[in-house]
Amino acid sequence: MSDATHHQDVSAPLPASLTKLGKFWDLNEHDHPEGHSTMLGFWIYLMSDCLIFAMLFAAFGVLGGNYAAGPGPRELFELPLVAVNTSMLLFSSITYGFAMLAMQRGSVSQTQMWLLITAVFGAAFLSIELYEFANLIHEGATPQRSAFLSSFFTLVGTHGLHVTFGLIWLFTLVVQVSRKGLIQANKRRLMCLSLFWHFLDVVWIGVFTFVYLMGMLR
Amino acid sequence: MTAVPLPTTAPPQWSPLLGRFSLEQLPFLHEPIVAATFVGVILGGIALVGALTYFRLWGYLWKEWFTSVDHKKIGIMYMVLGLVMFMRGFADAIMMRLQQAIAFNGSEGYLNPHHYDQVFTAHGVIMIFFAAMPFVTGLMNYVVPLQIGARDVSFPFLNNFSFWMTTGGAVLVMASLFLGEFGQTGWLAFPPLSGLAYSPGVGVDYYIWSLQVAGVGTTLSGINLIATIIKMRAPGMTLMRMPVFTWTALCTNVLIVASFPVLTAVLVLLSLDRYVGTNFFTNDFGGSPMMYVNMIWIWGHPEVYILILPIFGVFSEVTSTFSGKRLFGYTSMVYATVVITILSYLVWLHHFFTMGSGASVNSFFGITTMIISIPTGAKLFNWLFTMYRGRIRFDLPMMWTVAFMLTFTIGGMTGVLLAVPPADFVLHNSLFLIAHFHNVIIGGVVFGTFAAINYWWPKAFGFKLNQFWGKVSFWCWVPGFWIAFTPLYIMGLMGVTRRTRVFDDPSLQPYFIVALLGALLIAAGIGAMIVQYGVSIWKREALTDESGDPWNGRTLEWATSSPPPAYNFAFTPIVHDLDAWEDMKRAGVGRPLEGFRPIHMPSNTGAGVVLAGISTLLGFALIWHIWWLVGISFVALLVSAITHTFNYKRDYHIPAEDVAAVEAQRTAQLERLAQTQGATA
Amino acid sequence: MNAKNYNDLAHRHAHGEANPHAIGHGHGHDEAHGSLRDYVIGFVLSVVLTAIPFWLVMSGAIADKSTTALVIAAFAVVQVIVHMVYFLHMNGKAEGGWNMLALIFTAVVVLIVISGSMWVMYHMNANMMPMHMEQMD
Repeated sequence: MSDATHHQDVSAPLPASLTKLGKFWDLNEHDHPEGHSTMLGFWIYLMSDCLIFAMLFAAFGVLGGNYAAGPGPRELFELPLVAVNTSMLLFSSITYGFAMLAMQRGSVSQTQMWLLITAVFGAAFLSIELYEFANLIHEGATPQRSAFLSSFFTLVGTHGLHVTFGLIWLFTLVVQVSRKGLIQANKRRLMCLSLFWHFLDVVWIGVFTFVYLMGMLR
Repeated sequence: MTAVPLPTTAPPQWSPLLGRFSLEQLPFLHEPIVAATFVGVILGGIALVGALTYFRLWGYLWKEWFTSVDHKKIGIMYMVLGLVMFMRGFADAIMMRLQQAIAFNGSEGYLNPHHYDQVFTAHGVIMIFFAAMPFVTGLMNYVVPLQIGARDVSFPFLNNFSFWMTTGGAVLVMASLFLGEFGQTGWLAFPPLSGLAYSPGVGVDYYIWSLQVAGVGTTLSGINLIATIIKMRAPGMTLMRMPVFTWTALCTNVLIVASFPVLTAVLVLLSLDRYVGTNFFTNDFGGSPMMYVNMIWIWGHPEVYILILPIFGVFSEVTSTFSGKRLFGYTSMVYATVVITILSYLVWLHHFFTMGSGASVNSFFGITTMIISIPTGAKLFNWLFTMYRGRIRFDLPMMWTVAFMLTFTIGGMTGVLLAVPPADFVLHNSLFLIAHFHNVIIGGVVFGTFAAINYWWPKAFGFKLNQFWGKVSFWCWVPGFWIAFTPLYIMGLMGVTRRTRVFDDPSLQPYFIVALLGALLIAAGIGAMIVQYGVSIWKREALTDESGDPWNGRTLEWATSSPPPAYNFAFTPIVHDLDAWEDMKRAGVGRPLEGFRPIHMPSNTGAGVVLAGISTLLGFALIWHIWWLVGISFVALLVSAITHTFNYKRDYHIPAEDVAAVEAQRTAQLERLAQTQGATA
Repeated sequence: MNAKNYNDLAHRHAHGEANPHAIGHGHGHDEAHGSLRDYVIGFVLSVVLTAIPFWLVMSGAIADKSTTALVIAAFAVVQVIVHMVYFLHMNGKAEGGWNMLALIFTAVVVLIVISGSMWVMYHMNANMMPMHMEQMD
C-alpha cells in the first residue's frame, strides 16, 4: 500500500501524549473514495438474486413433472429456437465485454456503440422468448394449464424480466455516459451492469440445461 | 371427496375505477369493535397531526429525520416503528387472550370467526415482521457503525430507503384494519387456504404486498450492513477484534440476504396463483400446497436466527460490560455464531415433520435440529463464565440479561423436545408449540430488545433511563410472561390446539383465565415501560450522562459523546485489541484536540420517502385490483428511480471549523465533568 | 511535523494487519478487469460448452437418457465456472476474498435448498400418494 513507501523517517522523539494519540487515533486519514463499497454491495445483491432463482429452479424441479394430463416438454420445446436464443445471449455477453474494454481505453463513443450492440442482442433474445411464449399460449400450453407450465413460464419469464430491466438500465447508462462521459461514477455503474448482465448468462446456462435439454430427456 | 368448506367471505365486486373497493369493504360500518377502534385511531391521529402542526414540527421532522441518511437517526426511527407496531401486535394478543378466556359453556366470546382469524394472523405478522425485525434492524443500524469506528453505513441513501420500505409495509398492514380485511390464514398463509378458492377477499393480498414491500427494505438493509461491516471497519480492527455484537450483526445480515429472497420468491408464486391463475400451490392441475410449506420454511427457519443472533450479541456486550470483564470465550462465541448461521439452513423441515416425508427425512432434520442447539448452549456457558467472579452490577440491562438466561433456556429445552419427531407428532399444532416459541421470542428477542434499549439509550440521547419504572416494568414482564405461557404449556401437553376460538371442555377455562391474567400483567409492564420513557424524558436533566460512557463500556461506541456528533468520530480510532475502548482507557489516551480536517458526509435526500411511498401505493393498488393505479404507480416508480440515478452530487464536507467547534464543546463538557467529579471526590 | 510522521507509523502498523481500510484505500487497484484475450477465450469456451450439450440431446448420441443428463449437467457446471472466471472475473483476491466467500456460501445454500426441496418433496409424494397417478402425456 502507498503508506509503506514514504514516511519512514521517525527520528525525532515525541512527547508521550502525542505518541499515544497517534497510536489510537488516525490523525492523518483520507476520505474513503466515493463508491468504495459499491462493487462488493452489488455482488452481494446478485447473490441474493441467486436465491430467488434457486427457489424458482426448486419449484420447477419439484413441479416440473406434473403435466396434469397436459402437454409435456417434448411436445412443446423447440430446441433449435432455444439454441438460437442462447447464442443471442452469448453474443451479447462478448459485446458487453467489448464495451468494458472500450471503457477501460476511455473511449466514450466505442463504449456506447458496444452497449447498443449488446442491447440489440438482448432485445433479440427477448423477442425470440416472447415469440416462443406466444406460440405456447396459442397452442393452449398456458401458464394455467399445469404446474409444469406454471413453473416453466415463471422461471423463464423471471429471467426475461431481468433481461428487460437490464436493457432499461443499459439505455439509462448510455444516456448518462453521453452526458457526463466516463467519469468514475459511470464506470462503476457500467461495471455493476456488467456483473448483472453476465450473471443473467449464468442463470441462463441453468435454464437451458435443466429446463430445456433435460426436459427433452424426460 | 369431503365437502369443500365455503369461503369465509364472498368475492368482492369489481369496478374499473375503485377495483374491489366498495362501502361494504369498510368493516367499521358494521362491526362495533372495529368501529370503536376506528374512532379512537381517528381521534388520536387528529390529535397527533394537530400537535405536530401546532408546534410547527413538520419541517423539523422532514429535514432532520424523514430525509436523514444518518444511520443513528434511521436506527432510532426503526425503534420507534418497532414500538408502535409492538403496541398494535400486543393489542391483538390481549384480544385473543380475552376471547379464549370467555368462550366457554356455549358462549361465543366477543369476536366472530372472521374477526378472530384476522386477529391471530395480524398478531403473528406484525410481531415478527413489523416489531421484532425493526427492533433488530434498528439496533444494528444504530450500533454497528459506532462499534466499528465508522462515520456511517456503506450506502446511506439505501439505508433511508430501506427504512421507508419497511414502514410502507407496516402502513399497508395498518390500512387493512379499516379498509377491507387482513388475512385469516395464520401468519404464514399456507395454501390452499390462502389460495383464491378459499380466500377470495383482499386479506391475503394485504398480507402478500405488505411483506413484499417491507421485504425489499429488509434485503437491501442486509446488503448495506454486510458491506459496512466488511469495508468500513476502523484500521486495525481485524475480524477477530470485532465486537461480538458486530459479529452477530454480520451473521444476521448474511442470513437476511440469503433468506429474504426466498420469501420474496414464494410470495411471488402465491400471488401468481392468486392473480394469474397459475397452479403452483393449488390442489388441481399438478399443484402442490405442501411445496409452499416447504419453501416458506426455508426462509422461516433462518428468520428465527435473524431475530435471535443480534440479541445474543446484545447479551454478550451487556454481560461483559456489567461484569467488568472481557467476554469469556470470545473465539468460541464467534464460531458458535458462524456455525448457527450455516446450520440454520439445514433444519427447516422440523416445522412440518407431520407432513409425511417419512422416517429418513424426519430423522435427518430432527438430528440437525438437536445439533443446532449445541452452539447456543455453548453461548449460555460463555455468559455464565463471564459473570463468574465478575463484579456484577445489576443495572436494568443486566437484569434483563439474567431474566433472558433463565427464561430462554427453558424455551430452548422445549424446542429440543419438539425436535424429536415422535414427540412432535403429539405436540404439533398445539398450544405447547405456541408456548415454546413465545418462550424463546419473548424471553430472547423481547427481553434482549429491552436490555439493549436500556443499555444504549444514554448513548442515543445523552441521559439514562429511569431505574424505578424500569424495574416496575421488569417485575411485571418477567412473571407476567410465565403466568401467561405456563398454562399454554400444560394445555398443549393435554392436546389443546392453537388458533381455537371457542371451547367445549369447561375444565380448560381456569387455565385460560390464568393466561389472561398473565397477559394483563405484561400489559402493566408495557405501561410501566412507557411511563419509564416519559418520566426519563421529563426528568432528563437529573439523568444526564455527560461522559458518553455511563456504564464503563468496552467497545468504541462509548468513546464518543452522547449523543454522538453527526460524523461519530472526529478522527477515526485505531484498534489494537478486542474491547478497543477499554484498551484506550487502560492506556490513558485522550481525544485529539487539534488538527481537525473537513469530514466527508452523505447528504440528506427525500428520494427514499418518495420511492417507498410510490411502492406502497403500488402495493395498495395491487391489493385492490385498481389496475389503472397499478400502471400509473409502476411507471412513476420506474421514472423516479431512474431520475434519482441522474443525481450525482450526493455528499458534502463538514468544514474543519465546524468540526473544531463541536469538538471544543465536547472538550468543555469533559472538563466540566472532571471538575464536578473532582469536587465530589 | 513530527506528530504527523509518528501518526503515519501507527497508520502503517495498523494497515499491516489484514485491515479493511487497505481495500478501501486501494483506489480501484483491485477492481477486476478482463482483457480482450480473457473475453475471447471465455466466449469460445462457452460456445463449445453450449454446443456440445445441445448436440448430445438433439442427436441422441448417447442412448441412455440418464447418462446424457449427467453429462450435460457436468457441462453446465463447467460452463458456469468458465463464465465466472472469464466474464465475471472471479478470483480469490477480489475484494479481499469476500466476493469468493459470498459466492461459495451462496452456492452451498442454493445446493441445499434445491436438492433439499426435491428430496423432501419426493419422499412426501412417495409416502402420501401411494397410488401414484400416471402423469406422463
